[in-house]
Amino acid sequence: MKVVSSVISIHSSDTAGVCSSLYELGGLTVVHDASGCNSTYATHDEPRWYDRGSRTCISGLTETDMILGNDERFIDSVVDGAKEFPGCRFIAVCGSPMPMMVGTDFDALGAEIEKRTHIDVLALHTNGIKSYLDGVNQALCAFAEKFCCENLPKNPRKVNILGATPLDFSINGQVESIREFLTENGFEINSCWSMGSSFEELTRAGEAGVNLLISSSAKKLALYFEERFGIPYVAGVPIGKVFGKKCVNALKAAAESGSSSLLCLSERRVGTQAAVIGETLWSSSLCCALQLERGIDAHVLNPLEKEFAFIKEGELDVIGENAVAEAFAKVSAVYADPLYKPIVPEGTVFVPVPHEAFSGRCFRRDMRSLCGQNFEKGI
Amino acid sequence: MENLTVPISKAAFPQPFPGGLEFNAPARGMWNIVHTGMLLPEAHQIFICARGCLRGVILTAAEMNAMDRMSWVGIEERDFYDNSMEENVIEGVTEILHKLPKKPPVVLVFISCVQLFAGMDFPECIRELSRRFPGIFFVDCYMNPTMRKSGLTPDQLMRRQLFLPLQETAQLEMNAVNLLGSDFAADRNCELFLWLEKNRIICREITRCTSYESYLDMGKSFLNMTWIPQAAPAAEALENRLGQKHLHLPICYSEREIGENYAALAQALDLPVPDFSEERSKAQKALDEAFSVIGTTPVVIDYTATPRVLSLARRLLETGFNVERIFADVFIPGDKEDFEFLKKNFPELQITPTLHVKMRFANEKKTSSKVLAVGQKAAFFTNTPNFVDLVWGRGFYGHHGVAAVAGLLREAWQTPKDIKKVISHKGWGCESCL
Repeated sequence: MKVVSSVISIHSSDTAGVCSSLYELGGLTVVHDASGCNSTYATHDEPRWYDRGSRTCISGLTETDMILGNDERFIDSVVDGAKEFPGCRFIAVCGSPMPMMVGTDFDALGAEIEKRTHIDVLALHTNGIKSYLDGVNQALCAFAEKFCCENLPKNPRKVNILGATPLDFSINGQVESIREFLTENGFEINSCWSMGSSFEELTRAGEAGVNLLISSSAKKLALYFEERFGIPYVAGVPIGKVFGKKCVNALKAAAESGSSSLLCLSERRVGTQAAVIGETLWSSSLCCALQLERGIDAHVLNPLEKEFAFIKEGELDVIGENAVAEAFAKVSAVYADPLYKPIVPEGTVFVPVPHEAFSGRCFRRDMRSLCGQNFEKGI
Repeated sequence: MENLTVPISKAAFPQPFPGGLEFNAPARGMWNIVHTGMLLPEAHQIFICARGCLRGVILTAAEMNAMDRMSWVGIEERDFYDNSMEENVIEGVTEILHKLPKKPPVVLVFISCVQLFAGMDFPECIRELSRRFPGIFFVDCYMNPTMRKSGLTPDQLMRRQLFLPLQETAQLEMNAVNLLGSDFAADRNCELFLWLEKNRIICREITRCTSYESYLDMGKSFLNMTWIPQAAPAAEALENRLGQKHLHLPICYSEREIGENYAALAQALDLPVPDFSEERSKAQKALDEAFSVIGTTPVVIDYTATPRVLSLARRLLETGFNVERIFADVFIPGDKEDFEFLKKNFPELQITPTLHVKMRFANEKKTSSKVLAVGQKAAFFTNTPNFVDLVWGRGFYGHHGVAAVAGLLREAWQTPKDIKKVISHKGWGCESCL
């Protein structure tokens, strides 16, 4: 099926997800792509680029390299480049469409680079076609597998926040407000994957008694931690006072019982009045808040990969503009990024909720934290 | 930054630095193919690419409030093995055109590296689309940065394809010329345009066309002037196709070269060589006045400021300015003479790359002394609020252009700017939603 759009935008790619999730962790991230292609990420996906020195580079891939299978140039560039970053904690390498076409073996390249630099390498399998959800999931899981410590003492009050990247939460205080909210409610932040926490803090994720999963971009990480360290997770962004309180209670219960909770799904019904489109865990949490505090019955539309989605039975995957427009035509209100507005039918109430992974920096100034009581004023 | 720098006396031409991992400075004033494509009045752009490639072009359009002129078809992994590449282009574009509220007269259809690499039959796609929509002119366009070292660069290709819809006319207008390749409308206060006007010669520019119809009139002019080498392939193609003569009159800052350009143009127009001695004096006077204010303050210039960065540096150095550094990764053949001159006469002039990974650390060093930067990247790397927001020459030309740049130097020295705010604006001169 073709994915076609006449007027709406597109979500960030998997390579952007990799770069964004590893940005603050002290490693060197290299995207195997053409010169200039990092401009897209640096301009539209990465609000930290100007003020917070980047360690994200592009390899300057050429057609000739691809035809001749010149992997050596890539390896040499990364090995030489790593020398420019003293204290580099790791090197992450990932690909774009051209390497995918020729079947570039990033595991082999990673092994070679690791051998030559003696720096840990995360070899990731992106292709610039999948969404950022895939990239973030891959990068965070690879990081956790490589660096998280074993046999740490557990503390039930400690919580890891999973899925924080500017692609979903920008850099306007949304993640900080979630941290504060949890702290105010008796939790200690053990680590935040991956904004505002150090490499070392992330390696000690195993100390947490519970994980708060705030984006489907870390769904696989939550499952990984559950399996490896036995840490249960609660899926939900604490939007609004009522749903926020439920998140707190669910976290406490999960820490005690060891059982995970899909709170953003279990605390709501599938409504027909309104539709919320975007990253599904956040959208699902917004639906909860709308139902619990405003009496608005809403449902979630999933515009991204099914495998990461947090949607209930009866809710739709809407891939492509036609599917989205058809879904919008069935409701009286739409909560969506402003770049969806051109396909919202006339007469339908449109509530803008800007999402960096869709509209980049276009509406960053209008983004609001909806955590806890911020919900009242924020939307 | 210092250990990445070489004095021009030891720099290799045209590429002073070896390739490697690349950094991307957050200076967004330079135009990309979307900005350039939007110059074509009433055109609609459709990109058929992978998500990662689409993201940049779509948000370029979004930021310039032009999403109503931008559509896309996504590439999926299965497209590479299910033999559907051509079909996706044809059916995707067809679906989009049926959805548009009004059919555009011209559609720019862009494909990317992967389709070219896979050998997709793009000409057949264009032929089929032309059969389906006889009232629309389809232009094959390319976003292929992996191929920037084989054949025409994506920038050159875009500038060439931009003029593909121009059609042959029975009789070329001998009193009309075109200016091709400038992203910005030329400053019409320049002596060139006043002289053309005085001689009743019309000068057409795509930047001043308000409709597709007026753009098509460019096909009637007998001569195409180009100011930047990136536009030369466009003019060469038009010379072959429409018989329009091509004259490359590069943007430059030396009195001699400006004079040579005007002499060449006068000959092509069969006119006497104009006497621009007054304008020449005015330009030098403006430079001298700027120098009297700026004095020996270090000046740094980057390659995004003007297509002829070494020519500008040379003129400033010859006037007495303390040009310390050029930020550039590669030079163009047209820079060779200035390069050799500077190498001999100003051997300590520093050349610093912009793409090298280590440049990521360059702006972290705060300098206490005042620096005057020319260009957005130079401003970023030296972290100076005193900078000339000059992007790709900004439509300035000739002696008048030199005087205009002198005025901007003085203004920048006296009035600091908000670096982040100014250089974050994507596509200098374009509308922005930020």
